[in-house]
Amino acid sequence: MSEKSIDRRTLMISAGLTTMAGISAAASGKSAGWMERLLKRRFVELSDARREEILAELEETCRKKFGRDDITVTDTPAMDGVEFAYGLDLSRCVGCRRCVYACVHENNQSRDPQIHWIRVLEMKKEHGIDLAESNIYYDPEEVPEPDSFYVPVACQQCRKPACTKVCPVKATWQEPDGIVVIDSDWCIGCRCCMSACPYGARHFNWTEPTIATDEINPDTHVFGNRPRPKGVVEKCTFCIQRTRKGRYPACVEICPVGARKFGNLLDEAGEMRYLMREKRVFVLKEELNTRPRFYYFYAT
Amino acid sequence: MLKDIASFITGSARIAFKGGRNFYIWIGFLAIICIWGFTAWWTQFEGGLITTNMRDQVSWAFYIGNFTFLVGVAAAAVMLVIPAYIYNWKPIKEIAIFGELLAVSAIVMSMLFVFVDVGRPDRVWHLMPFVGSINLPSSLLGWDVMVLNAYLALNLVIVIHLLYTGFHERPYNRSFVVPLLLLSIPAAIGIHTVTAFIYAGTAARPFWNSAILAPRFLASAFCSGPAVLLILFQILQRTTKIKIKDEAIWKIAELMAYAMFLNLFLFGAEIFREYYSNTHHLIHTQYLYSGVHGHDALVPFAWASLIFSVIAFLLFLIPATRTNLVTLNIGCVLIFAGVYIEKGMALVIPGMTPDTLGEFYEYVPTLSEVRVGAGIFAVGFLVFTLLCKIAIPILQEADSTKTP
Repeated sequence: MSEKSIDRRTLMISAGLTTMAGISAAASGKSAGWMERLLKRRFVELSDARREEILAELEETCRKKFGRDDITVTDTPAMDGVEFAYGLDLSRCVGCRRCVYACVHENNQSRDPQIHWIRVLEMKKEHGIDLAESNIYYDPEEVPEPDSFYVPVACQQCRKPACTKVCPVKATWQEPDGIVVIDSDWCIGCRCCMSACPYGARHFNWTEPTIATDEINPDTHVFGNRPRPKGVVEKCTFCIQRTRKGRYPACVEICPVGARKFGNLLDEAGEMRYLMREKRVFVLKEELNTRPRFYYFYAT
Repeated sequence: MLKDIASFITGSARIAFKGGRNFYIWIGFLAIICIWGFTAWWTQFEGGLITTNMRDQVSWAFYIGNFTFLVGVAAAAVMLVIPAYIYNWKPIKEIAIFGELLAVSAIVMSMLFVFVDVGRPDRVWHLMPFVGSINLPSSLLGWDVMVLNAYLALNLVIVIHLLYTGFHERPYNRSFVVPLLLLSIPAAIGIHTVTAFIYAGTAARPFWNSAILAPRFLASAFCSGPAVLLILFQILQRTTKIKIKDEAIWKIAELMAYAMFLNLFLFGAEIFREYYSNTHHLIHTQYLYSGVHGHDALVPFAWASLIFSVIAFLLFLIPATRTNLVTLNIGCVLIFAGVYIEKGMALVIPGMTPDTLGEFYEYVPTLSEVRVGAGIFAVGFLVFTLLCKIAIPILQEADSTKTP
């Protein structure tokens, strides 16, 4: 085992412990000893070499767990000059919830118990937008109902996220492209972030998540849709595994009425800037000063 | 020196576990509750927090409520330290150590409640400074971990020093203990303030997002913690030779009456603001006291807590009932129950009901949660019993040498 592959912070913890790690690693002949595994660091603090190892380990674990040898775990970084933002046209949304299930499939959410990163709120036209009068369990024969309109809510990817501030162990943070991510290998499951989020965007794995082998999306990102363990928090990442490779999020692609828009906020000629120039946008709970990158508008 | 330490440890262990039949029945009872709780926790550990009734909508509940309550109990030790060491009031000074013992036990319980609440107990070391990645200064839970540990350490050092010197029949080192005792006063206020700030800083939850939450926490803590001590003092008066003067008990009860007044006053101020301004945010308070759309699981708890607190206040306010042991003890039980219900059920849960998107999910704890909670209380009582057991003979001896 080379000195380099032991990351910096591990060395700092204590000479005794690292010596033991070194000895145990040397003795076992594996790249990472049990002590190093025990005292592993946050992914973002690791050396490139160690990250590669961790990703390989994660792939291995996932492949074994689900019996699929095509699962990949990448750590594609943010692109330069990109800040993602989202637009949602409330006048088009019909409340069909296709986005909810496309998201579940794309992002490997638990099927039992069900975890949904997108919640579609049914609102009554007579009340206008009023969360207290909203309902997520609507189940009519056909949508949209004439007296209702629909407000899908997922992570608002705030510029001033209340959730990352309260995390006691730095297990969640905002990436340079604006995406708020969670390191599910580091989250302790205290759920402070869930208390802090004003949009109900964070979800907890109350038990071991279950996904059928043939329903796994094998193309995963380490901070996004890779399968999560029980006892940690998860959330929408604007489909980080897709969007950092230039694709649209799954919810945008599936939307049958084109209510969902997505793009680079820094691109003058892009979709988002056009939208914000030509339409009138608003955000949810603007009084909390979270400054969402998720804009709602009425195109018609 | 080493020999002294060894004899202190073996001596205290001998005192701690030697007792009459009633003592062993009590210890046995607590041990059974501990096991009952531990087995429930083990199922929770293996299957996940699905064994609780917490869900995404109400993601903190019974455990975190109990944690909050117990931080208050721990903070209440200062109700003895302040009169004893700031005002140098002799009758309380001799028994102030029991406040420290209670603080140690309560902190242990409160930490256990956080431990059972996290989804990944195998990762709690991430909270440790240097070893983990504690998110200071921005995370209030991070600060709480720091101050709770500091307060625990402070009280342990004081208690061990007092017992150690008492055991060897030496006078304790005043210039060592008194500064630490004085430091424990701001530390006690600190632990409950930081705990309150975890809630008060949460703009997403209007029910918690109140500037008077920390003062309310302190006021209620100064009611509930001393209630335990008043009952303990009466037990000690009857079963040991430690001299606890009645006037010490009356004085603590009088101080508690002030705290109870403040507690009710601050509560009233909050209620006025909520109902008079009558905004959307009122819905959490309505859910608590009258129920909304037929969701009324918490209503009996809320009213019980309020009624208990008012009756206890009246009993403590009127000198005749304050100095009558029967009414005093009724008051102690009522205020303890009142604050326990308020912090345990009526703070965390209505703050999350309805959730941030307006959904009502009615939470009541599962049997599993109650079992885990009971187990933790049993651990706390066990710690407190054994600590008191060690302290009593040492204090008795000190008493008898002082008054020949």
